[in-house]
Amino acid sequence: MVSDEYGFFIDPQRCIGCKSCVGACAECGTHKGRPMIHLDEMDRLNSTQTAPTVCMHCEDPICAQVCPADAIKRSEDGVVHSSQKPRCIGCQNCELSCPFGVPIVFSGLEQMLKCDLCYDRTSEGHKPMCATVCPSQALLYVPKHEISALRQNKPVREFTVGSLKVKTRNALMVPDPDKPLHLDAALLLADGGW
Amino acid sequence: MARAPLTLDALRTTYGPHLNLAPPGGWDADPEPDKLVKTHCCFCGQQCGIQLKVKGNDVIGFEPWEDFPFNEGKLCPKGVKRYLQGNHPDRLTKALVRTESGFQESDWASAMDRVIQGIQDVQSKHGKDAFAVLSGVSMSNEKSYLTGKFARLAIGTKNLDYNGRLCMVSAGVANKKTFGIDRAANSWADIEGAEVIWVQGSNIAECSPITTDYIWRARDRGAKLIMADPRITPLGRTADLMLPLKPGSDLALTNAVLHLLNKWGMVNRAFLDAHTTGFDAALEAVKDCTPEWASELTGLPVAAIEKAARMWGEAKTSFLLHARGIEHQSKGVENCLSCQNIVLATGRIGMPSCGYATITGQGNGQGGREQGHKCDQLPGNRDIENPEHRAHICKVWGCTDEELPRKGLSAQEIMNAIHSGEIKGLLLLCFNPLVSLPDTAFTREALSKLEFFVCLDFFLSESAQHADVVLPSALHEEDEGTSTSVEGRVIKLNKAVEPPGDARPDWAIQLEIARRLGKGKFFDHLKGPEDIFNELRKASSGGTADYAGITWKRVVDEMGVFWPCPTEGHPGTPRLFEGGRFYHADGKAHVQPTPWRPAMEVVDADYPVWLTTGRTVFHFLSGTQTRRIGFLVEQCPHPYLEIHPKLAERYDIADGDAVEITSRRSAMVLPAKLVRTIRPDTVFIPYHWPSKLSANQLTARHLDPQSKIPEFKVTACRLQKTTPDKLSPELAELQRMAFEARTNQAVLPERVF
Repeated sequence: MVSDEYGFFIDPQRCIGCKSCVGACAECGTHKGRPMIHLDEMDRLNSTQTAPTVCMHCEDPICAQVCPADAIKRSEDGVVHSSQKPRCIGCQNCELSCPFGVPIVFSGLEQMLKCDLCYDRTSEGHKPMCATVCPSQALLYVPKHEISALRQNKPVREFTVGSLKVKTRNALMVPDPDKPLHLDAALLLADGGW
Repeated sequence: MARAPLTLDALRTTYGPHLNLAPPGGWDADPEPDKLVKTHCCFCGQQCGIQLKVKGNDVIGFEPWEDFPFNEGKLCPKGVKRYLQGNHPDRLTKALVRTESGFQESDWASAMDRVIQGIQDVQSKHGKDAFAVLSGVSMSNEKSYLTGKFARLAIGTKNLDYNGRLCMVSAGVANKKTFGIDRAANSWADIEGAEVIWVQGSNIAECSPITTDYIWRARDRGAKLIMADPRITPLGRTADLMLPLKPGSDLALTNAVLHLLNKWGMVNRAFLDAHTTGFDAALEAVKDCTPEWASELTGLPVAAIEKAARMWGEAKTSFLLHARGIEHQSKGVENCLSCQNIVLATGRIGMPSCGYATITGQGNGQGGREQGHKCDQLPGNRDIENPEHRAHICKVWGCTDEELPRKGLSAQEIMNAIHSGEIKGLLLLCFNPLVSLPDTAFTREALSKLEFFVCLDFFLSESAQHADVVLPSALHEEDEGTSTSVEGRVIKLNKAVEPPGDARPDWAIQLEIARRLGKGKFFDHLKGPEDIFNELRKASSGGTADYAGITWKRVVDEMGVFWPCPTEGHPGTPRLFEGGRFYHADGKAHVQPTPWRPAMEVVDADYPVWLTTGRTVFHFLSGTQTRRIGFLVEQCPHPYLEIHPKLAERYDIADGDAVEITSRRSAMVLPAKLVRTIRPDTVFIPYHWPSKLSANQLTARHLDPQSKIPEFKVTACRLQKTTPDKLSPELAELQRMAFEARTNQAVLPERVF
C-alpha cells in the first residue's frame, strides 16, 4: 500500500527541462531502459518552458474505463497500474483516451506500461524515482498537509476535459497569474514594466 | 612532431566517441547489485551525493543518496547517466604509443620507458622548464596536491598550470584581494532564508541544476530573484527581475548599483567603517557610473537598473551568486570585485541568510584551486613567491628552496609558449585544451609542435590524439580520495570498482614516473591517496585553505567538513566572516576600486554581433565523457546557433538554416535555432564539441591581466546565411548518433495508425 498521507505535486513552472526524471525513470529495475515519463519542450521559439508529464492517477481512470480487456487496475490506495500482461491486447485505447497522454503501448512487448507512482518504492515508504532526483523539485512528493507551507502555488486535482470532469490523486500546481514570466528578451528590453 | 597520426575519421572508428546505451549485460540483465557504494558525482562542482550500484567489477546503475545533505538524492541527467562511462567501448585499457600508422597498444613498461626518455630528452636539450605539466580540477584533492608536488619536484618544472584557469580563477583572485581567503563565503543553507537573491552571469538551471531548488525554496518563503544574463535562461523565465544585458557589460551594471546605493543612502556605513578598508576609493571609481551611463553600456533601461539597486538596497538579507558569465572576461576579476562591493556596501555577509559565492564549475573546482597545482601557488593556497610560504612547503616536502621552482606560466600562456617553441614537452592530464582553450586552430598548431607529449586519460580525447604516448588512467569510480564542493565542504569519493586492464589512477602513474626520474626520496613514503591526503593536511596547515583538522574518517562521519579546519577538534567553518572578521592580517575586508573598461573585443562594422558561449545541461565541459553517453547525446547531439528572430530576419535566416559565423580567428557553420530568449544583438553557441563544431574556433586568447582567464564570453562576430552542404559532416555523424541513441536505448512505441 502507498500511504495516503503523501501527495505528488507537479509544478511545470519550476521545470528546467533537464530530463533527469526521464533518464532516472528508465533506470528503475522494472522499466529496463524504458522511461514512463514524458517531458515536452512546449515552444522553444517563444519560451524555455518545458513540462513533465507523469500519471495523474485518476479517481475513475479513463484508461481503465476504455480498456476492452479489463487489464488496467486501480489499487485501493489510488494508484493506477500498468496493464496486466496476460490481459493486455495492445489495442492502444488507453493511449488514445488518456486526457494527459500518459500510457505507452510498447511494440516489442505488445503491452501498455505506464507510470505507477514507482509502486515498488512508494509502497515501501520511499519517494518515486523522478521526484527524488528532480533538481528543481518541479516533481515533489511530500506529505499533503505540508504543501501549503512549502509552496506558494496552489494544487489542483480536478480537471475538465471536454465534457468530462476528471479528479486525480496527483496534483498540478497552478501559478499566480500576476507573477511575471519573461519570454522574449526584445520585448523585455522594450517594455519590461520596470 | 605531435600531429594526430591518422585522420579524424580513422581515429573515431577506433577510439570513438561511440555511445554507451545500456548497463553492462544490457537492460535485461539482473538489476540487483552486490553492493551500493556511497560516493559523489564526477561532474560539476555541486558534487552531489550518489550511490553506485555495483555487481562484480561493474557499475550497473545508481540509487539516489537521500541522506547526503547537499542534494538529498537530487541529480541532474549527467549524474543519473554517469555510470555509463564505465564498461565503455572507447575506454583505454592499454598504453598507446604513436607510430607512423597510428597508435599502437604497448605493454606498460615499454610505454613508461618512452615517457621517461621523452621527458629527459626535452629537459636535457632545452632545460627543466621546457617541459610543462597541464592538469585539471576534475581531480581529487589528493591528485591535485600530488600533481603540484610531482611537477615541481619530480619533473622539476615551474611551468605547471591547470584548467581551473578556464573556470573560476577570476573569482579566486578577487576573493583573495577582498577577503584574504578564496572560498564561497557560505554554505548553501544560507540561500534559503535570503530575501533577495542576485544571480549575475550564471545559467544555474543548466550549469548547477541542484542550486535551482535552493533558490526556489527561498522564493517559496517570499524571496525575490534578480538575474542578469544576455539570455533568459530556464530559471530566468520566472525571475522577479530579469536583466538581459549585453555581453561584457556586467561591470557597468554592478558599478551603477553601487553608485545608486551610495546616492540613495543605502550604504551600511557602520559595517564599512568597522570591518573594511578602501570603500571610499571604490565609491570614487563609480562616481560617474550613473544608471544613464550604465544603460548605454548594458542596453538595459535606466528604470531596470534603478529597480535592481532598490531591491538590493532595501533587502534585510541577501545572497549574491555569480559564475563564468562574469568571470570569463578580460575584466573578470573586476567583475567579481564589483559584485563583492555591492555585497559589502550593505554589510550583508557573515550572518545567517546573508551570503556571497561564485558557483564553481568543475568537479573539484574549489579543492583543486587550493592544493597547489596552479603556476603561482603552493598547497594551502599559499603564494609560491612568498619566502615564508616556500619555507613551510620545503619543510613538509623535505626539499631545499633551490629545488622548489618559482612561479611559472598560466595555462593559456603555456600553450602560447608551446606555440612559440619556448616549451617543447608536455604532460597532460584531466584537460582537453583542444576543445576548451580559445582559438582552436592556434591550440592545434601548438600541440603539433611539441617534441614530446604524454597524456594520461581514460578516453582518447581530442587533445590526446596528438600525444606520443597515452597512459590509460582510472575513472572517478575506480579510485578514492576527497574533493571539495562548491560550498567549501570536503567530501569523500569512494572506490566502486577496479580499473580495467592496465589502467591505473593518475597518482599511481605520477608516483612511478617520479621514482623512475630518480626523485623517489620525495614520494616513496606515499603509498596511496590517504597518505597523500595526510601530507596535504600538513602542507595546508597554517595556510588560508587549512585542512589540517580534516581526516577521511571525519569527512565520512560528518557528511563532509568545511575548511578552514585547523585542528581535529575544530568543527569546520560552514559560514565565513562571522562577526565581520575577514582573513587579511588586519581582519578587514579590503574593498577594491573597479573602474569600467570595455571588453578586449567589441562589435564594430565588420563584426557587428556579440557572440557568447556556455554549457547545456546535458554535457560537461569538453564533452570527453558526456559525448559518449547515449541518453545525453540523444537529448543534445550537437551545437547550434541560438539567435533571436529579429536578428535572424535581418539575415533572412529561418529555424534550422545553415549559418556561417565568422570571428577574427575563424569561421564555422551551424544550424540556427531561433529563440526569443536571447538579446537580439547577441548569439550563443554551446562549447562542448571538438574540431569544426568547436565554439572555441571563434573565441580569442584575450586574457584577464590578473587571473589570466580567457575572454570566452565576449566575442564579436558576423553572420551569413549559407547552404546546408556547408554544414560539417561531423554534424551529420552526431545526428546519426542521436538517432542510434533514440532507437536502441529503449524500444519506442510504434504507432500503427
